[in-house]
Amino acid sequence: MSIINDSLIPVIGVVTDIRIDTPDVKTFRVVTPDGKKAFDHKPGQCAMLSIPGVGEAMFSITSSPTNTEFMEFSIKKCGCLTQWLHAMEVGQQITIRGPYGNAFPVDTEFVGKDMLFIAGGIGLAPLRSVINYCRHYRDKYGKIDIVYGSRSMEDLVDYKEIIDEWVKDDGIDVHLTIDREQPEWTGHVGFVPNYVKELGFDTNKTAILCGPPIMIKFTLAGLQEIGFDKTQVYTTMELRMKCGIGKCGRCNIGSKYVCKDGPVFRCDQVDELPDEY
Amino acid sequence: MRKISLDKLDQLFAEISSKSALYIPVDTAAGAKFEKYDGTKKMSDALNTVRSAKDFFFPQTENLVDFKVEGKTIEIKETVKEDEDFVVFGVRACDVKSFEILDRVFLADPVDNFYKNRRDHGIIVSMACTRPAETCFCQTFGIDATAPAGDIECHKTTDAVYLEAKTDKGAKLLKSLNALTEDADASAVEAQKAQTKEVFKKLPLAGLDASAFGDGKTNEFFNAPEWKTLSESCLGCGTCTFVCPTCQCYDIKDFNTGHEVKRFRCWDSCMYSDFTRMAHGNPRLTQVERFRQRFMHKLVYYPTNNEGIFGCVGCGRCMAKCPINMNIVKVMKKLGGNK
Ligand SMILES: Cc1cc2nc3c(=O)[nH]c(=O)nc-3n(C[C@H](O)[C@H](O)[C@H](O)COP(=O)(O)OP(=O)(O)OC[C@H]3O[C@@H](n4cnc5c(N)ncnc54)[C@H](O)[C@@H]3O)c2cc1C
Ligand code: SF4
Ligand code: SF4
Ligand code: FES
Repeated sequence: MSIINDSLIPVIGVVTDIRIDTPDVKTFRVVTPDGKKAFDHKPGQCAMLSIPGVGEAMFSITSSPTNTEFMEFSIKKCGCLTQWLHAMEVGQQITIRGPYGNAFPVDTEFVGKDMLFIAGGIGLAPLRSVINYCRHYRDKYGKIDIVYGSRSMEDLVDYKEIIDEWVKDDGIDVHLTIDREQPEWTGHVGFVPNYVKELGFDTNKTAILCGPPIMIKFTLAGLQEIGFDKTQVYTTMELRMKCGIGKCGRCNIGSKYVCKDGPVFRCDQVDELPDEY
Repeated sequence: MRKISLDKLDQLFAEISSKSALYIPVDTAAGAKFEKYDGTKKMSDALNTVRSAKDFFFPQTENLVDFKVEGKTIEIKETVKEDEDFVVFGVRACDVKSFEILDRVFLADPVDNFYKNRRDHGIIVSMACTRPAETCFCQTFGIDATAPAGDIECHKTTDAVYLEAKTDKGAKLLKSLNALTEDADASAVEAQKAQTKEVFKKLPLAGLDASAFGDGKTNEFFNAPEWKTLSESCLGCGTCTFVCPTCQCYDIKDFNTGHEVKRFRCWDSCMYSDFTRMAHGNPRLTQVERFRQRFMHKLVYYPTNNEGIFGCVGCGRCMAKCPINMNIVKVMKKLGGNK
């Protein structure tokens, strides 16, 4: 008799740190019981987290692969499992399996490019991994611009890291915006797509767009208006997932499985998919 | 090629089942189904089992792993492999072909080791067809029901069963049965094959052509207005997906027994409304999109990902079982016929 080893069987993860980002987003630090990173990953890849008996779901690994000590997940409370995850205390064990999906082409197409990161709300989660990867290998990339927006000041994920680290880096410009005026806010007010148009970037950049579908749609249109081609713009797709390995048949758009062929797609590749997402 | 006379078939079953679990199709009140041979069961004469043979490798529910949750800690209890060989006797050509279609999903990297383990331990003894039904259209997909392959290929005539090994696994099993079987020449089998082929030519679906579909045809069919009319009365019951030998969608669900959590993998259906539902909406909002998904997957997406091989084997089960009499043949005729 032997034991079945299968990619559907997770390993144990321990939550060693919990950061409250916004009223409905927390960032969890996860390691194995012996204090190591559960597995290596590339920027843009995801993992399946679960609380046995509650459920299992896919989350972007928001920490950079260059962090060799632990993984982080920024999780928005929106349903059964995520509610449970939000109720966890430090020391709680969960299960984890992965990594899943393709990744951003950080070591190929992105090399030597000026980068424009655009995120809305929790959409910063997959981007943070790439941003910190680019910051770590700073010489490999050109100028970096980050446009990030949320509903309100309180809804900006990773605000502390952005203010304490990103804005202080040479060659990185961070452009924050919130949807509506707030007394304490001195920055820009307005929706991300309009802000991107206002900022009017050089069109020689590679853009990466993550956020709610509606934001992606209007921002992409805005980028095209100021002269970007779809082949310069990358995004991530999100569909319901169960297996993460292209077998349960749940996350396909036409013949592509988002869990395996995605979640990262170039916008001209998205155009080739049938309109069902 | 070896043969055994029909009156000695029980001895053959007894011999096989003395060494490993043996499953044969038997007649039940609910139609033919595969059951474990117990020394008394008789092989069904029905053309095919109501449910497909995919259960042997991809069962309707299976326990993936168990968890013991105590306070903040979790203990993972891995599943133990079933490593006994088993023999499935009397699998028709369409179902044999369906294993190849499932293999391309479950054995693709990363391999599904639950499935692989069963494939490694399963021995398929196929059975050639002689009396195909009006709902059969395996020939549309290039399947020869008179040469069903498997590990051992069988042909049943009026007085004997002829057996021919097709793989090493099959050869080993067949050799172990030498005391019961005798050498045979292929003439009786060849004659029967030729006769059956004539029957196939006259089947109502003999002319059904799939060549309008296949690799790279997504854009051609995705927005066809016919999906709306075709799916109009679909109940979303999922019957077609459950009886289908090539449908592979699954769900992963936990069950708390009170002292542990059991994680199961169970069949799911793209015909169900909550299959793709998400917090910010559902990409397949109505039955039109779900219905389109099932047939596009078989006829276009699967071939696109698998060198043109179709994801349907023409077994006709969905034709026999759909409560509103909808099926893949109607879809093919309506969509392919208009091109
Ligand atoms: C590739 C990928 C990356 C993701 N990355 C992140 C991330 O970094 N941070 C984050 O907070 N969330 C992320 N998500 C979304 C996350 O998986 C869902 O929020 C989560 O599954 C909801 O689970 P729940 O049990 O709390 O909700 P449920 O109780 O299951 O359901 C609440 C609602 O969410 C729906 N839902 C179930 N699964 C998903 C899903 N996979 N996506 C969207 N809605 C779903 C349900 O149908 C229901 O309408 C990602 C999803 C994918 C596919
Ligand atoms: S789609 Fe219908 S005919 Fe084709 S393999 Fe499935 S059940 Fe059989
Ligand atoms: S069996 Fe018929 S009614 Fe039921 S889901 Fe399939 S096509 Fe629709
Ligand atoms: S999540 Fe199972 S196929 Fe993509």
